[in-house]
Amino acid sequence: MSRKWILWVPLGLFVIFLGFVAFGLYAPANRNIQSGLIGQRVPDFDLPPGMPGRPGLSSPSLRQGRPHVVNIFASWCLPCRVEAPQLEALSRRGIPIDGIAVRDRPEDLAQFLATYGDPFRTIGADTDRRVQIELGSAGVPETFVIDGSGVIRHQHIGAITEGDMANIVAAYEAAR
Amino acid sequence: MIAEAGLAALWLAASLSLLQLFLGAAALRPGGEALLRIVRPVAVAQGLLAGLAFLMLIWLFLRTDLSVQLVAANSHSMKPWLYKFAGAWGNHEGSMLLWVTVLAVAGGFVALLERRLPQKTLIATLAAQATIGLGFYAFLLFASNPFTRLFPVPAEGNGLNPLLQDPGLAFHPPTLYFGYVGISVAFSFAVGALITRDVGPAFARAMRPWVLGAWIFLTLGITAGSYWAYYELGWGGWWFWDPVENASLMPWLAATALLHSVTVLATRDGLRAWTIMLAVVAFSMSMIGTFLVRSGILTSVHAFAVDPRRGAFILVLLLLYIGGALALYGLRVGTVKEGSKFDFLSREGALVANNLLITVILGVVFVGTTYPLITEALGTKISVGPPYFNAAAGPVALILVAIMGAGPLLRWRRDDLSKLAGRIAIPALLGGAILLALVLLAPGLRVLPLLGLTLAIAVGVASVAPLWGRNLRRTPLFTWGMVIAHLGVAVALAGMASESAFTKETLVAARPGQAVRVGPYTVRFDGVDPIAGPNWTAIEATLTAWRGEGGARFEMRPQARMFSSPPTPTSEAAIQTMLDGQLYIAIGEADEQGRWQLRLWWKPFVTLIWLGGALVAFGGLLSLIGRLRRERKIRPESADELQEALA
Repeated sequence: MSRKWILWVPLGLFVIFLGFVAFGLYAPANRNIQSGLIGQRVPDFDLPPGMPGRPGLSSPSLRQGRPHVVNIFASWCLPCRVEAPQLEALSRRGIPIDGIAVRDRPEDLAQFLATYGDPFRTIGADTDRRVQIELGSAGVPETFVIDGSGVIRHQHIGAITEGDMANIVAAYEAAR
Repeated sequence: MIAEAGLAALWLAASLSLLQLFLGAAALRPGGEALLRIVRPVAVAQGLLAGLAFLMLIWLFLRTDLSVQLVAANSHSMKPWLYKFAGAWGNHEGSMLLWVTVLAVAGGFVALLERRLPQKTLIATLAAQATIGLGFYAFLLFASNPFTRLFPVPAEGNGLNPLLQDPGLAFHPPTLYFGYVGISVAFSFAVGALITRDVGPAFARAMRPWVLGAWIFLTLGITAGSYWAYYELGWGGWWFWDPVENASLMPWLAATALLHSVTVLATRDGLRAWTIMLAVVAFSMSMIGTFLVRSGILTSVHAFAVDPRRGAFILVLLLLYIGGALALYGLRVGTVKEGSKFDFLSREGALVANNLLITVILGVVFVGTTYPLITEALGTKISVGPPYFNAAAGPVALILVAIMGAGPLLRWRRDDLSKLAGRIAIPALLGGAILLALVLLAPGLRVLPLLGLTLAIAVGVASVAPLWGRNLRRTPLFTWGMVIAHLGVAVALAGMASESAFTKETLVAARPGQAVRVGPYTVRFDGVDPIAGPNWTAIEATLTAWRGEGGARFEMRPQARMFSSPPTPTSEAAIQTMLDGQLYIAIGEADEQGRWQLRLWWKPFVTLIWLGGALVAFGGLLSLIGRLRRERKIRPESADELQEALA
């Protein structure tokens, strides 16, 4: 009769399983995969200007003591049009926004900025998506908050909606 | 009024299940035998009422009654009638109603047909079935009512997910559910037997046809679902290890193990506790699968409802039913007497090995399916895909198939290794020759497909070996069933191994007039035309294909469809079936230079996968008919005596 406890093992395993499932059901649903680079310095890069007459973007300019918001976008990306007003609003608050234009053409970019507004301090042209991939970003749009020493503090995947504004601003304030 | 009639039928069925539970509990008390005769009709009436509610829902969908919320949300007046009909279960509420209907109808059939089970165990079984039903009726009525009215009535419905607008929807979910939920009968039998402590060969013989019946449907449902995904999704794959596929595979694995252990219990009175455990596990896997899919806790293409409150409801039901059954198991199974003993090298030994290996595969699939959930609770996000499942389950499955080839050639109780060697010599030598030939003629094959092909052929031959030297006319039907089902496994394995070893894939951006090679075929892209269907428009490509140099030419027309309600693009692959494989073509989008993306596959012998699945189900059917005929010849009372005489 000493092996009687074995009969209760299935029930025990099942209860443990239920515990995990109950947790999964009530844990805040967050299906975003965060970049593994959060908490690390931005990789070195030097992007040429996305359109003539505008400054490009290089990593040293992100390490000058002041936090930045870096927005990865493209003129061909529909959600980027949706988030344009929110970027404008961030810019009006005095938050510096640097753009990385992925696989874009100067004339398309100019058209996009003329139509949907231009909140960008600088725009780097990432023609082969190399910098985007090095930053740990998988798509457009994505937005990074980078602190004064060039360390990535926050990543937002997808378009910034009205509801996401508080999050972005809080991440920016925390990075100061 | 149709919706109200359906709702009333559902409420009545729910109250009957409550009545069935109380009557059953009262009938089990001393002196309650008089109630026995009422429980059967109540269970039958409950099944009829649930069926009626389901028919009402189908009627509402056929009429496109937009004053019913479910119809408005999932149907459309312009839809072809077949999809109106099948659309009744192409959504969360409707599929749950089908679930409950199958549960109630299965209980009704048990009440109507089961004559071999001892009365007390039968009553306990029906009470258990009613208890399960009660919880799921409550889930339907309080959290997923399919008959809710909508006011104001919309002018048009939202339409059905176009991926589901396929004849497969009419066939696959009901077949799958007959098996998936039908296996609840085994669960209730096990609970009933635990309550009356009456586990033995007579119980096993009574349970076996029910398990077989559910298992046949489950096999057919999974096979059909696999083929449906293969041609409808346009990805060229036949199994994706998607959580919902796994949710149907896990009960099938448990039911397959149960089918074999129940045979040991029926013929040799062994594996008593283990058989009860498997019967509990099989339907528990169905309920857990339902939970995983319906709660939206795992993301999947099949998950139409994402609602944590519904998830919580089913979670409570899981706790009550599975937890309850496992607690009863812990309490009672110790008092079930040990069955008889056997040698390791014996038919029983092979069946135990089969059970252990299937359980390992079940464990691998279960862990892989729920692992993301568990790591997320511990703080990391992970997704588990085919590399894990194939690497972890593949080798175990191959060992399992090898044992399957040898098992039926072993004698019950005790056998001799040298005699077994003589019986498997021919298939083993054949396997060795095939392996050698493959290594020499097709170098560079990966290990799993290589062993898979070898085993498929060797085991295919070994699986018909039980028929050698027998008078085929006098061979019982259930032996034929076993042989055909095992042959089906070998055939399916051959298809899987061939598909993974020899598939050729070409992805091109082609201009009209351009020719592409894939495997032994040359395919010329002739151009595209716009066409229109009842509720979709499409770009249809015309391609001409021929084999080698100057083979017979035939046309293939894959489509990129755009459904109008709701607007959704789908890909309709063109598939040409040859004796030795399939040519599979899907069309993608056009680029700015007027080139069209084409994806072409040549898949040698891929059809064997589904042919094998169908053979497995057909073998099950023969076995079921054979068992039922044998049972009718031997009256229940004399069966036990015969068993004793044989032992």
